[in-house]
Amino acid sequence: MANDHIDLVVEPGEIHALLGENGAGKSTLMNILYGLLHPDEGEILVDGTARRFRGPGDAIDAGIGMVHQHFMLVPVFTVTENVMLGAEATRAGGLLDRASARERVLAVSQRYRLPVDPDAEVADLPVGVQQRVEIVKALVREVDLLILDEPTAVLTPQETDELLDVMRGLKESGKSIVFITHKLREVKAIADRITVVRRGAVVGTARPDASEDELASLMVGRTVKLTVDKAAATPGDPVLSVRDLSVYDDRGHEAVSGTSLEVRAGEVLGVAGVQGNGQTELVEAIMGLRPVADGTIELNGTDLAGRSTKAILRAGVGYIPEDRSVDGLVRDFTVAENLILDQYDRAPYASGVALRPAAISEAAKEWIAEFDVRTSSADTPVGTLSGGNQQKVIVARELARQVKLLIAAQPTRGVDVGSTEFIHARVVRERDNGAGVLLVSSELDEVLALADRIAVMYGGKILATVPADTPRERIGLLMAGVTEEAA
Amino acid sequence: MRRIWRANTVTVTVLAVLLALVVGAVLIVFGNEEVLGEYGYFFAQPGTPLGDSLRLVAEGYANLFKGSIVDPSAVSGAIAGTNNWSLVFSPISETLTYTAPLIFTGLAVALAFRAGLFNIGAHGQVIMGCVGGAVVGFGLPLPPGLHPIAALLGAALGGAALALIAGVLKARTGAHEVIVTIMLNYIAFWFLQWIITKPGVHDPTRTDAISKTIDNTAKLPSLGNGLRINLGIVLGVLAAAGVAWLLNRSTKGFEMRAVGLNPDAARTAGMSVGGAYVLAMGLSGALAGLGGGVVVLGTASDLTGQVAGTIGFDGITVALLGRGRPWGVVASAVLFGALHAGGNRMQQVSHLAIDLVTVVQAVIVIFIAAPALVKAIFRLRQPGGGLSTGLAKGW
Repeated sequence: MANDHIDLVVEPGEIHALLGENGAGKSTLMNILYGLLHPDEGEILVDGTARRFRGPGDAIDAGIGMVHQHFMLVPVFTVTENVMLGAEATRAGGLLDRASARERVLAVSQRYRLPVDPDAEVADLPVGVQQRVEIVKALVREVDLLILDEPTAVLTPQETDELLDVMRGLKESGKSIVFITHKLREVKAIADRITVVRRGAVVGTARPDASEDELASLMVGRTVKLTVDKAAATPGDPVLSVRDLSVYDDRGHEAVSGTSLEVRAGEVLGVAGVQGNGQTELVEAIMGLRPVADGTIELNGTDLAGRSTKAILRAGVGYIPEDRSVDGLVRDFTVAENLILDQYDRAPYASGVALRPAAISEAAKEWIAEFDVRTSSADTPVGTLSGGNQQKVIVARELARQVKLLIAAQPTRGVDVGSTEFIHARVVRERDNGAGVLLVSSELDEVLALADRIAVMYGGKILATVPADTPRERIGLLMAGVTEEAA
Repeated sequence: MRRIWRANTVTVTVLAVLLALVVGAVLIVFGNEEVLGEYGYFFAQPGTPLGDSLRLVAEGYANLFKGSIVDPSAVSGAIAGTNNWSLVFSPISETLTYTAPLIFTGLAVALAFRAGLFNIGAHGQVIMGCVGGAVVGFGLPLPPGLHPIAALLGAALGGAALALIAGVLKARTGAHEVIVTIMLNYIAFWFLQWIITKPGVHDPTRTDAISKTIDNTAKLPSLGNGLRINLGIVLGVLAAAGVAWLLNRSTKGFEMRAVGLNPDAARTAGMSVGGAYVLAMGLSGALAGLGGGVVVLGTASDLTGQVAGTIGFDGITVALLGRGRPWGVVASAVLFGALHAGGNRMQQVSHLAIDLVTVVQAVIVIFIAAPALVKAIFRLRQPGGGLSTGLAKGW
């Protein structure tokens, strides 16, 4: 059950934060409100009348709009075309009436101070602006209640501030907003009221003046450590040296352009940056998953050029890919099969071409215990596990063997707080055991908590490498591409 | 494809077969003008058309059973000594004779499915297997014992060679295997029509397009005096065991399954996705080729334009019904073999067209492809409402 008898009341002109861990049931609740899912029990009242939504169209008619976490925009359409999509204005004869649609986009964008160019193609717009288009799309349909699903996940700290301003403006003009998030700071900054959801049920409401610790423990159900315990690093020789690396993305654009970095044994190098600034391509190039256009990558002094992913893994690299459901796990495979996914053809799990089921299940049982994977058995399909436990399967797979270099890309994305604590502790332990760790995360808090040095990536380049105690405002500026000289 | 299998329990599969037989029964009645005419007086004498319909269907399906499993009158005859025991085993022999090549083509399609490939080209690969097997069968003078092995090898190589074109193109250039294998089907078909008229292959004593006769030394040994059943069915079961081991117990099978379920994760874990595609396609083609080999070395004695029949396409159906699992393939191949063998008798004795069996097969597959329909008809409970399309993404 994703939602268990939830009561939620949103007042007019209110910003109501819905706070909860990943998987707590926030999205399910909002998808019900927006008509995408249907409640088994209970009802939705809009302005006091019970409404039944058969689909998003009904919800929009009732004045409810939603901006999804993953934008629902057609990249090759212009802003106007995207806004009119689904409610196309037509002239006589069924012809599209672009001109009037364009007028309405301009009107809404001026009225609510949401600057967008109605003629720009969406694919060319930065993420923050695309989000604005989504909001315009909802406002054009004259909604009174706007649901924002994790809107800040893809934004820089500065873009986040702009979004919060927009939200304040909407509130002033009488709109209500449901703001779904798991980021405590933002909630405190903007919400009028906070509802905390855990395991599909409302566990409490809070005022924005509650402390972050209070909110976190309400959200998780126990006291949470917001910091990671770690001693000072004792860096050794470089494990990974990347020099002047250039890599192309899938569309053939240069995603990493002439970047260098170095990870030393016994330290965590955190790569901070807004998603889509070349971090993915950088990591894939190191792992041999993407061709290197220019530059060199060395592991312990040996060039990795032209090596297969298998050879790189064998050379002592552990890899936690950024998207576990796409790159990390085979959902329909069992936990045990996923635990040996990159070791399946080596002793003791195989002899010759024959798998050794006994050795596999023995190792699986051991790792499930050691890495605290909550599963009914080693033979359960991994796709049925919670996100945190899926991630622990990957962490177990990569850390059960001795690694010299650990590459952890978004290691705790979509992972509950308990598992996050566990994974962070394991990463620090790898470091203390002398491995070099390359941590890539778009969560600045995670980078700040774990890294010994921070490299900020912007536009395919490492703009600067700064000490871990650098103020977050400065890192935020770097993430937006503002360097000292320019500032 | 995988979603189809996940939604199909064994129950649904069995119910689909039953439903298809019901549809077949309706067709039997509609095919008989006399009984159909009786329905004109339905309200005057409802008993006549209903009774006649029932009789017609019962007789048809009884002949289906007698032709595919056993004819009770032959058993009593054999006990009384009025007929040969081989008549008792003849229906089952016919069933298993039709089953053997279907096991191979079913395994071929299933293996490719498991690696994430839709091998529509089993038909073409069967043809190349027929050619490979037959050419070794009449072209190479080899001693008995060695000859069938060499001929089967030729069949496997013929099928594999054609399939590898699709596999390599997929791995190297990303060309979609469905399109490539469909096109290769045409190429193989016309290659067969061409080669059976060429000197060296064409039988010089004949004027029509037919190859030389395959040497007796190359034929698969028979498993019963006077019966058509041959070693092919044994080889088919062995092949199923081999494929089951390969998929579930070998590192290569692990790779193929991982690639089939999630190529991105497989690649990230260091597997060669292209390598798995090439291997799966090669093995799939070899299995389909062996299916052709079992035909030419078992029941046919030469190459004709139509020697491959429809076993290649039936392989897709068999693999679907067998839910992509080797032993499921064996079971569904037996079912299809039985339908075919029984259909022959239905045609001869009850004068029902054998095409009816093909329709029944097709209806089975439609029900399999639409499990929701079967579940709705039998009001099976949906665990977790698996039917609703999940629109909501995210956590």
